[in-house]
Amino acid sequence: MSTDKKMIKFLFNSEWLETSVSPASVLLDFIRNEKRLTGTKEGCREGDCGACAVLIGELRSGKVKYKVVNSCLVPMRDLHGKHLVTVESLNQDELTPIQLTVAEEGGTQCGFCTPGFVISMTGYFLNNKKLDLQEAMDSLGGNICRCTGYAGIERAVKKSIEIYEQSGESKDHLTKLIDAKFVPSFFKSVPKLLAGIDAPKAKQKVSEIFIGGGTDLYVQKWEELSGADYKILSGSNIPDDINLSGNKIRIGGGATIQQLIDSAVIKKYFPLIQNDLQLFGSLPIRNRATVAGNIVNASPIGDLTNILLVLDAGLILKYGKTNRQISLRKFFLDYKLTDRKKNELIEWILLPVPQKEFYFNFEKISKRKYLDIASVNSSIALITKKNKIIKAGISAGGVSPVPLFLKKTSAFLKDRLIATETVREAAKIALSEISPISDARGSDRYKRLLLRQLIYAHFLILFPSQIDETALIRGAREL
Amino acid sequence: MKNLYDSIKHVRGESQFIDDLPVQEGTLFGAVYYSNIAHGKILKLDFSEALKMNGVAGIISAKDIPGENQIGGVIRDENLFAEETLHFIAHPIALAVADSYLNARAALKKIKIVVQKLPHILDPREAAVKNELIIPPRKFELGNVDEAWKDCEYIIEGKVESGGQEHLYLETQGAYSFKTESGGIKIFSATQAPTAVQRTVANILNLPMNKIEVDVQRLGGGFGGKEDQATAWACMSALAAYKLNRPVKLILKRQDDIRLTGKRHPYSSDYKIGLDREGKILAYETVYYQNAGASADLSTAILDRTLFHCTNSYFIPNVRAVGLSCRTNLPPNTAFRGFGGPQGMFVIESAIHKAAAVLKKEPVEIQKLNLLDEGDEFPYGQKTFNCSAKKSFEDLDRLYPLKDILRETDEFNARNTLVKKGSAVMPICFGISFTTTFLNQASALVHIYTDGSVSINTAAVEMGQGVNEKMKRIASRVLNIAESRIKIESTNTSRVSNTSPTAASKGTDLNGFAVIDACTILKERLSKVAAEEFEENDLSAIYFKNEKVFYEGEPTNLTFADIVKKAYSKRVSLTAQAHHSTPEINFDAKINKGHPFSYHVYGAAVVQATLDCLRGTYEIDSVKVVHDFGESFHPVIDLGQAEGGILQGLGWMTMEELKWNEEGKLLTDALSTYKVPDIHSMPRELKIHFLEKSQNDFGPLRSKAVGEPPFMYGIGAYFALANAMKAFKPDLEINYTAPLTPENVLLTLYNNTIN
Repeated sequence: MSTDKKMIKFLFNSEWLETSVSPASVLLDFIRNEKRLTGTKEGCREGDCGACAVLIGELRSGKVKYKVVNSCLVPMRDLHGKHLVTVESLNQDELTPIQLTVAEEGGTQCGFCTPGFVISMTGYFLNNKKLDLQEAMDSLGGNICRCTGYAGIERAVKKSIEIYEQSGESKDHLTKLIDAKFVPSFFKSVPKLLAGIDAPKAKQKVSEIFIGGGTDLYVQKWEELSGADYKILSGSNIPDDINLSGNKIRIGGGATIQQLIDSAVIKKYFPLIQNDLQLFGSLPIRNRATVAGNIVNASPIGDLTNILLVLDAGLILKYGKTNRQISLRKFFLDYKLTDRKKNELIEWILLPVPQKEFYFNFEKISKRKYLDIASVNSSIALITKKNKIIKAGISAGGVSPVPLFLKKTSAFLKDRLIATETVREAAKIALSEISPISDARGSDRYKRLLLRQLIYAHFLILFPSQIDETALIRGAREL
Repeated sequence: MKNLYDSIKHVRGESQFIDDLPVQEGTLFGAVYYSNIAHGKILKLDFSEALKMNGVAGIISAKDIPGENQIGGVIRDENLFAEETLHFIAHPIALAVADSYLNARAALKKIKIVVQKLPHILDPREAAVKNELIIPPRKFELGNVDEAWKDCEYIIEGKVESGGQEHLYLETQGAYSFKTESGGIKIFSATQAPTAVQRTVANILNLPMNKIEVDVQRLGGGFGGKEDQATAWACMSALAAYKLNRPVKLILKRQDDIRLTGKRHPYSSDYKIGLDREGKILAYETVYYQNAGASADLSTAILDRTLFHCTNSYFIPNVRAVGLSCRTNLPPNTAFRGFGGPQGMFVIESAIHKAAAVLKKEPVEIQKLNLLDEGDEFPYGQKTFNCSAKKSFEDLDRLYPLKDILRETDEFNARNTLVKKGSAVMPICFGISFTTTFLNQASALVHIYTDGSVSINTAAVEMGQGVNEKMKRIASRVLNIAESRIKIESTNTSRVSNTSPTAASKGTDLNGFAVIDACTILKERLSKVAAEEFEENDLSAIYFKNEKVFYEGEPTNLTFADIVKKAYSKRVSLTAQAHHSTPEINFDAKINKGHPFSYHVYGAAVVQATLDCLRGTYEIDSVKVVHDFGESFHPVIDLGQAEGGILQGLGWMTMEELKWNEEGKLLTDALSTYKVPDIHSMPRELKIHFLEKSQNDFGPLRSKAVGEPPFMYGIGAYFALANAMKAFKPDLEINYTAPLTPENVLLTLYNNTIN
């Protein structure tokens, strides 16, 4: 095979690798079938178990930042210029402290999920200098273990943190990890190695399907995508930065959910959203899923769209050199149908900088709190003056064919006083705007009840002193 | 470093599961074609287009079977591939085999089928009315229930529903088969029951069992889901390999696995419970409608265990328990940790919970008053011995005073309107042994090689429960050698024959005793060789300790390895085989009386939960347990079994919900819709205390079986949450329907307040 066809070049564990596989083919299949490295397991192929977790390291300002991802949802194209870390490359003569403690503390039973846990835990140690048990446990939210009940895993995390903290002083974090045997010493040379790599050689064939993070596309149609050449969106195609521009916050369509969480701009203007977005997927999903992807996916139950609707987001859609702007509230037309024209891309998402007396709340209820799709979600954004609502936006997911902005309810709330009666009335109007169906995530009856409760919850959270919870709930019983 | 052989391979990603085995040249890959209607006739089935697809080697179906198209293990009522009639959605019809998995999948889409729908049944009660029963009703009786009602101060009746449960072993079902030179088949199968696979494949292929070799290295989780239901996939891959003369690998994709395989049985049950003024239970009557699915699988044995455990940890003098195994148009349901026991225990606990409200008592008062005592009789005639029901309950109360917990809960609830706490106690009693008595046998084959390394073969299948580590520890204790000398081999039907499934929590007990016996034989032979060295006739003067030979209480210069070499040169056999069968057990299924269990495992837990009464969501705050492990000889493994079992039990009671539509199609057929506990679902506090001074003459090294019993502590979560719900709304009617999902909670709390 001629070398010019080998357009994807990356560091596979400790060795350079060039390959001519289809750029849209799946990383997990490459690792297992092409490279015959079987430590990375296939558990579900939908990013819901973490058995296929790997680390992808990317050079950013001289340092390599490692992200844990589900290799079942990563197209090969996204490996170019990166460092891929599978469990095998962590293996040294002795066990790493993570491997040792997982083995000794009962953190592994059948062993099928274990390499994924080892990878996720190693990712946490690579990315955090200040170690915290709770944060470390949260970083394992994308890994499912059916055997241990996680108690042994928690003991292992705890002990690993102790081992790290008790290991000697080193000049930097990575050296300390290498000295303590958390990662092999070749990690030291990775930044230099990655610095020398060029952009992809071959021209990409443009198809009608665009792949952003792929976290839903590869769940829905991995078989179809595996064999095809698709244009794949990444940071180089569309912006992924998040910045302030005048009185608007601009979010690049390629920004990931995790970038949103980590963004200083978002932190400043929407401090609560950081926490709310912890309910979005899991860390490996948030590391890949893009903001634009969540919007064009048009899932009626998307979490981010639900929030963006009430924040009155605008979209800049790009086609070639032309672009146009549209309000997100007008973007969703019908089930999985949007105003996006063929080959248009979401380049930017614009959010107005919030004014004074701005209130925001997000509620999401699912069978399992984390890494689950909501039965119903709802966001509210209010601007008040004294005790009066002067601007209102409220949304509801999972209760209609589209991510729903509750127009009538929002209009009703405008100019109302914040009072128990207002809340009760708003909930009634909201229920007149929705058309939920019964499915795996709940009966229509439940979804209606739940939306009412979430609207109550918005106000009880935001205005605890103005709303009488007892009266509100007593009223609810008599409905 | 501790010598945790399997664990070390796991953390390094070096453990091999079926899909990790090196692929032989020419290997083909299978994908299953299955029914999309719940009941009907196949009018036309056409593979011609599919066979033309790229890379397709064949489409295997019922007509390709040289032997009998039959995989029913207990009752012969299940085809490998459907013939004329389709009995459930995902009933296998054919296997597409191609040079890649994707090509096999593509071929499936070209198979043409014409079907005629027939009426289907999904509800077990409807099946019972139509007399669609797998076997005639089963009945266990003690005392005289009909007479006892008149002595009862209170009689409470009710209905209880418990949902199914997907096993969700992380490794999906799979098998890899190829032809051997003898014209037989070798199968690498992810099964808990290698002999069942061997026997069934032999029958399908019309070959003697000695031509079928089944090898099992390990399973990526089983939980009962690979006891009976690993067989079909092994048969399909073996049949395809046999017909096509190529190695065939069949690994189910997750969604196919969830659709094609049976689950824990959903149960619908009625009960009637009678108590005296103080709360002593005088009479209990119950009827279980078990949703068996379309064929028997292990349903009848599972139903029996429901009946065996119908009174949980309580002595009730008058009992009538009736079980109906109901045939429905769902995939055949199967074994799952607890094997019907949890379903029966949930009913009696529901009955007590409902009765407590009528008696205006705390449920725990009634539980405590009725706990089993030494010598009490179970409804199946066995009497308790070494009964630790009360002791574990009392220890729990001493460690975590239950009155204080109730008081603190009440105080919290008085201070909070929309957030409520609840607590509940869950005692357990679980009988150990296969209730099918003949299965209580195992054998071990132990080799000592001339370098002193030891190889152990048993019938036990490693699936994460740590049986390999336990076998190793047992052998090292008996032979007094380091565990590092010992290797546990894969489970292989050519090395150990006629194996019982690794199930019923019995793997360690059965195989452990066989290992003890085999190692004891070897030890005696080696002692004899050593004795000859010292020209000693009395073997008791010789013993082994820490790899050394001791003579008359003093260490000698001879090591274990020295004696092994000497034994070999003296032509003494260094291989021993032993067979163990559990003593003293019996059961007469005609009268349903006997002594079916070798012993019982007891324990008690207190579960605390916090409920958000606005949103219907909740957290399990703590699970605190006193559990009877016997004399644990591997506490890390035993603790892990308890912790893992508890979280599975919590999952069954809370978030794990199987939903079918009216056509019988499973809606929750992916990890995105079927949710199992994640790391955030762990109780904030999980404390497990090993019951002190427990002893067990019937377990190896005086231990007790541990796999299943802790699962049932999870049932306590239901009642902790129910109590929190009642704290929000004291007159609330609990529906005793599990799982108690946030939906179930919210609709119950706000019943009839919304349209």
